Amino acid sequence: MPDAEATAVPFRILPLLTDWNRDFWTGGARDELRFWRCQDCSFYIHPPQPICPTCHSKNIKTESVSGRATVASFSVNHQPWMPGPELPYIVAIVEIVEQPSLRLTTNLVNCAPDDARVDMPVRVTFEHHPDPEGDVYLPLFEPAE
Amino acid sequence: MDENEIIERRACISGVGQSDIGRRLFRDPLELTLDGCLAAIEHAGLTTADIDGLSTYPGPMGTPAGFSGAGAYDVIDALRLECGWYGSGLETSGQLGSVVNACLAVASGLANHVLCFRSVYEGSAQGDKGRAAVTMGGGGGSFKASGFTEWTLPFSAPSAAIWIAMFARRHFHEYGTTREQMAWIALNARRNAELNPKAIYRDPMTMDDYMAARMIASPFGLFDCDAPCDGATAVIVSRRDRAKDMRNRPLRVEAVGVRLDGRPSWDQFDDLSAMPNRGAGKQLWERTEYKPADVQMAQLYDGFSWLTMSWLEALGLCGVGESGPFIDGGTRIARDGQLPLNTHGGQLSAGRLHGYGFLHEGATQMWGQAGDRQIATPPEVGIIGAGGGNTCGALLLVRE
Repeated sequence: MPDAEATAVPFRILPLLTDWNRDFWTGGARDELRFWRCQDCSFYIHPPQPICPTCHSKNIKTESVSGRATVASFSVNHQPWMPGPELPYIVAIVEIVEQPSLRLTTNLVNCAPDDARVDMPVRVTFEHHPDPEGDVYLPLFEPAE
Repeated sequence: MDENEIIERRACISGVGQSDIGRRLFRDPLELTLDGCLAAIEHAGLTTADIDGLSTYPGPMGTPAGFSGAGAYDVIDALRLECGWYGSGLETSGQLGSVVNACLAVASGLANHVLCFRSVYEGSAQGDKGRAAVTMGGGGGSFKASGFTEWTLPFSAPSAAIWIAMFARRHFHEYGTTREQMAWIALNARRNAELNPKAIYRDPMTMDDYMAARMIASPFGLFDCDAPCDGATAVIVSRRDRAKDMRNRPLRVEAVGVRLDGRPSWDQFDDLSAMPNRGAGKQLWERTEYKPADVQMAQLYDGFSWLTMSWLEALGLCGVGESGPFIDGGTRIARDGQLPLNTHGGQLSAGRLHGYGFLHEGATQMWGQAGDRQIATPPEVGIIGAGGGNTCGALLLVRE
């Protein structure tokens, strides 16, 4: 039986949802990690911007990716900057397998701080935050094995 | 004009000044700013009537608390300056971007003597709340993250300590760098601060002290993080052709490095073991016949200890990936070593004067005015690098 307190969803400052970021922050409702992608040259674009940085096409839309990634780097945070997850927690930059430059800052979860490694394979898992302005599903990552 | 002229050489540093510096002074930020500015003007042997330009970083900002003690207009008005040119702004090549802008202004003839300043009161502004007072959007409730914080705040990563720790971790991973090596940035800084009467922390620090300090964001412990403080630093940038008879020997701006390559972002930058200062370093050495081996002193930003290591590599003062072995043991970077480094104590021990403290110290050493911490032979060639992440700038100075 999991400890209810340990599994409670932590306090998070949620993103202000816009038409540009809504698919990224809410795709988890359907278990999908979604990014903008150029429909002409197939380049994934993140953070969102109105044109493809590679070919300057405006023919872009969001698509889901596999959710698999590798840890580009991480830090185990011990400092109580603000209300949030139980200390210490792991902040990481992960690189999505679909494209080398496709990265985001996130948290490593279901991983002991001592077990975190650069280059370890991880997969997405979503943390659901009900909110009157629209539920948010934070894309967190956990060890893939 | 010769299209190949390195135009920043028309500029020099002619004076520096500082207000009182303290962990928490609870003084009016504009008063501190003006104290620093007037000290620099006096040090250059000038009066306010001679100042015809003004440059500052970042300009007026309400948040983070204490980040900016005064804007350009505040000082122009308080000192009744008449300016042929002035400017401020956050989006430039680090704190020293404001000094580079001043060099370009005097080089282009828009001004003769530009007052440049950086003023902070983060110590007092944080009060008894510590760093929790400066993290953005900690209020909770209905506050929503937007802009660049959208991509970090929801993951409980509000601080540059965490963002830069991830660069350090990647460097450790790729090059085998260790905390025992990184410690020498902090230990060297403290040794120097012991001799700096204006430094914030002056008690001796040992490797054991460093290792025993609480962890903040791995691999950064408490002593890898700089100390918020109150204080203002100012420098005078003058036309070099008008500076020959000034009070201090002109420090020629031999070359600047302000290039930005790669994405201007903490987590989207292509190489997480380096920083955009690599572009600044490359550009600087493309603009001069001097070589890294000619540098006799380095004052390199240490908002977090690893940033100084990143600057050593970016400026070619050691090989890429070799900053750990380079600083190990602290001998090379000591005041009597081959490359005296952060001789005032850096921001780690002398307080986060935010970039300008390094230029103030570099100039002071080159003029032989550094008192107990003076490098035995005042350096003729010195290098200053400031900033982290996408906001980086460097100056190579040569005493005439």
